[in-house]
Amino acid sequence: MKIIEIEDLSFKYSGSSSYALKNVNLSISEGEFVVLAGRSGCGKTTLLRCLNGLIPHFYEGEFSGSVRVNGMNTSETPPYILAQVVGMVFQNPDNQLFALTVEADIAFPLENLGLPREVIMERVEWALKTLNISDLRDRSPFELSGGQKQKVAIASVIAMKPKILLLDEPTSSLDPLSAKNLIDSILELNRRERLTIMISEHRLELLLPHAHRFIVMDRGEILYDGDPRVILKDDLLIYGIPTPRVSEVARHINASRHSLFTEIPLTVDEFVDELRRCLDDKARGC
Amino acid sequence: MIRLEDVEYFYPNGHKALDQVRLEIEKGEVVALMGENGAGKTTLLKHLNGLLKPTRGRVLVDGIDTRKATVAALSRKIGLVFQNAEDMFFSSTVWDEVAFSLRNFGYEEEVVKRRVEWALKFMELDRYVDQSPFVLSGGEKKRLALAIILAWSPDIIALDEPTTGQDQLQKEKLMEMIKLLNMQGRTVIISSHDVEFVAQLRPRVILMKKGKIISDGGAEEVFLDEEVLRSCNLLPPQIVSLTRRLDFLGIKPSLPHPRQLAEEILSKLGEYKI
Repeated sequence: MKIIEIEDLSFKYSGSSSYALKNVNLSISEGEFVVLAGRSGCGKTTLLRCLNGLIPHFYEGEFSGSVRVNGMNTSETPPYILAQVVGMVFQNPDNQLFALTVEADIAFPLENLGLPREVIMERVEWALKTLNISDLRDRSPFELSGGQKQKVAIASVIAMKPKILLLDEPTSSLDPLSAKNLIDSILELNRRERLTIMISEHRLELLLPHAHRFIVMDRGEILYDGDPRVILKDDLLIYGIPTPRVSEVARHINASRHSLFTEIPLTVDEFVDELRRCLDDKARGC
Repeated sequence: MIRLEDVEYFYPNGHKALDQVRLEIEKGEVVALMGENGAGKTTLLKHLNGLLKPTRGRVLVDGIDTRKATVAALSRKIGLVFQNAEDMFFSSTVWDEVAFSLRNFGYEEEVVKRRVEWALKFMELDRYVDQSPFVLSGGEKKRLALAIILAWSPDIIALDEPTTGQDQLQKEKLMEMIKLLNMQGRTVIISSHDVEFVAQLRPRVILMKKGKIISDGGAEEVFLDEEVLRSCNLLPPQIVSLTRRLDFLGIKPSLPHPRQLAEEILSKLGEYKI
């Protein structure tokens, strides 16, 4: 089943002279892990805002085409209904946290939904456990580290039991180990809870190895959509895309020894496995 | 030209943010301060232009004790670009934002005009001259903050987390700019936990942890010490991790350029006649 279906979507913010999205067509299946990349201002954030209904409900502008999530047309569905299907986590967790304790922060949107107390407690427990932050329950969100805050923000979103989780550059202010930690948690949500995930990021080396799909945008359009190991055969620097260093080494090798690597490796493991395979083939006299 | 002598700094709440920091930075060096959030990188940078004064020890910039100089006087020598660019803005247009400090330094209007034009063009912000700084995108705000500093051309430029939220193209431009500023003889000091960026820049790397300097050396030397990196919440650059796994080809752990490593692998494969 297609959980996201976008047809001929264009959007121009009011007051802006150019389109932020131009004729975007995209469909995503349930359970996919989609990585969205491109230069700053390429339309990534705008696309995510169209999926949870912030566009057209909160941001004014010229909207055309259609966006359906879980079968609902986002233009015709009020945001509070959409919020139960699509959750969004932003770059800066401070914008999302406000309560006195982590527990209260996660419970707040559920109380707003008018859910029974037992259900709220059960969901809060589940969200804390899933993000591995049960020990932070009574802490104030403001005394936490950046990585912990971002996990609390994700917990408060998944407690709503959405089917789709959108993340807009969630690791940008985190140090590398905290970023890896957060990304591991997000991957778990996709694997264990079958959550459909769409994440925009500049830090690709940790994410791409796990992406089912890699989408590259530029000037409001989708340029590439597919397997990252195929897409990264090209140098995409002009679209603001960093090439993982191992991929770059493989590309240089391929340039002088044509297609030694049949697929561009994204991780150290993939690189080493492929190279060893070459040596073994040789040893066996292939 | 920059000298920190046993600097300790306590925030008013009693938190010790710098602990026995001893450091010398020569003119023309490129230095990266690295470490996890809260390690003391920003606190150290703020000591260089006198925004913070040491609780104990002293900081000398060109021989001037920062405790005896004003921020305004130190700013002529050293420009600090904040991590959160917005903290630097207060004017109603991009143009005025860059012109403000130049006028404050007493430059003639003709010079101000020329410098503002140059800095905005260099940072590719010239089409925004009449816009409010606050409506720029995150990446553009960072570039504006840098343009403000570049306009008055200090000898030392300090950048706090310059790559946060920047796409790869902007990072490459930033790298070129740092190299250009360095070629002009300027000292550039950045704080960063962007390991891949710093690995490419190859500066002198100073690792900080809990207010202390725990490692100080060339980029390759520091990035090969995986244990110390991890203790600072940093991961080694991917290419270093790759070289560690290539001992079966007789390749030693190092921090090569990708092209260099590709050539080394090809020549090893040649020896195996592959």
